[in-house]
Amino acid sequence: MKIWLLTHGQLVFLEGLKSCLDLLFGEEQQPGQPSPLQFVSSCDLRALFDFVRLSLAPCGSASWKGPVLLVDDLSVLLSLGATPVAVLDFIHYCRVSVCCQLQGNVVVLVHSSEDSEDEENELVVNSLCHHSDLILWAQGLATGFCKDVHGQVRHSPAEQDLVQIYQYKIQDRNVTFFAPGLSAAVL
Amino acid sequence: MAAAGGERGRTSFQRRPGAGPRPSALPGTRPSLRHGQLLLSSGLPSLDCVLGGGIAVGTLLLIEEDKYGLYSNLLFKYFLTEGIVCGHDLFVASAKEHPDNILKELPAPLLDDTYRKELGDEAAVVNSEDFQDSMKIAWRYQNLPKMETSPTTYTKFGHYYDISKKMPPELCQSVKRHSFYLHEELSFEPKMKAWNMNSGYARLLQSIQRIISQEGFDGSDPQKKQRNVLRIGIQSLGSILWGDDVCCSDTPEDPHSLTKFLYVLRGLLRKSLSACIITVPSHLVQNKAIMERVTNLSDMVVGLESFIGSERETNPLYKDYHGLVHVRQIPRLNSLICDVSDTKDLAFRLKRKLFTIEGHLESSTLLSTIKVIFSF
Repeated sequence: MKIWLLTHGQLVFLEGLKSCLDLLFGEEQQPGQPSPLQFVSSCDLRALFDFVRLSLAPCGSASWKGPVLLVDDLSVLLSLGATPVAVLDFIHYCRVSVCCQLQGNVVVLVHSSEDSEDEENELVVNSLCHHSDLILWAQGLATGFCKDVHGQVRHSPAEQDLVQIYQYKIQDRNVTFFAPGLSAAVL
Repeated sequence: MAAAGGERGRTSFQRRPGAGPRPSALPGTRPSLRHGQLLLSSGLPSLDCVLGGGIAVGTLLLIEEDKYGLYSNLLFKYFLTEGIVCGHDLFVASAKEHPDNILKELPAPLLDDTYRKELGDEAAVVNSEDFQDSMKIAWRYQNLPKMETSPTTYTKFGHYYDISKKMPPELCQSVKRHSFYLHEELSFEPKMKAWNMNSGYARLLQSIQRIISQEGFDGSDPQKKQRNVLRIGIQSLGSILWGDDVCCSDTPEDPHSLTKFLYVLRGLLRKSLSACIITVPSHLVQNKAIMERVTNLSDMVVGLESFIGSERETNPLYKDYHGLVHVRQIPRLNSLICDVSDTKDLAFRLKRKLFTIEGHLESSTLLSTIKVIFSF
């Protein structure tokens, strides 16, 4: 799990794996500085939010408008013991701090599938969809594997009832998008 | 093999004839062409092909066990045996049987002469069955050997093993082996109480972390001249013998232990020169949500489905095969894309001491006879 925070002209990065290892195998934590991954032992995501809040705090005279918070990925938090309500609270707090107070953006990645049996995950995904301004849903083709079209992305903004579908093909370092029916296999 | 130079815009790189590939610094590894990471062989060249070249150092391969665990156990042993042949260190963990017993039952490597003889037998059998007439059309391929190259000649990546013979003990003892047998471990230390995890898993993680830091697999010992790779094998993780009830209850007491274990293990693997194989009895896990999370937390996931006891055993489509292989996940390391074979319907068979994985759908057509010749 990784968290990127672009604020004050800098990129703040939290690597979940490394923090988790430091927490579990490192020396005793100082009492005033809980690790952001504290929830692995205590089921509480407050420390993680504190990390985000402290990174957003204005330093110096200039305040930064428009920070960007990227979370990759939220489903891992559920695997590590956080309850769905705690995860949704965390995202809600992040949204309030970043979007409402600082006019920034939050981008969150979750895993899902239509026949998933992970109810907690589906709960988080549905709730996030409800509160999001834009949903990008990447999925494979319903017709199966194809060499020229790796999948499709459904682009649905919240306010409008319009769902646009783009198909994509992944290359080594970038992804090409095209309208359905215009892939290299057809043309 | 000189290239045409600048005329057609090709590179002027010339491969020196007779010089094999440059040996990499670590034994038994080679760099991947796609993402530049070091790759290890899984012990089964056809599985390496399916996984896009091999197992990258620092990643986790999860095998979903078949119904009786026969074939997944074979893959587990192939991984360990490959480690011995390449000179890697081993760490074997099990709650079912003592790791020393597992290490006594490893298959013997096939040497060059015996290997060619095996292939000769295979080719003879194939020719003598009903393919004689069809070979007339494909006469050009008739005299070519079944495999492209014998693996032990000039590449040191990927070997073949004979499961009917046991590995000689002196070869087995030539590498450093660490073992973790759950029922012989001491009771857990107080520090691990804060982990909020099943005690068996916590002890295993402690043991792995200790070996990695003590033996210098995480690069913490600059004095160590010869770096080596650690191959970790964990048998039947998630089964009741580990003290976890995910396999017997729909609502386990602690549904997060297994997923936390995999997360922390992946962290340990990422920061060390190691690779891990884990077999999980996924057909016993009642709560499918947990298996979905386990799949998302692993790098590579391969499921085995054997035909033993199912109606597919007598299905003519599968008459040459012993089971199906489902590739559930392949990682994308340092790249947006991964190398996967185009064949998505894979089956495995255990024939004449050799275990192979190949696409099965065209097995009844002429084209497949040519494909069988060139398959691994």
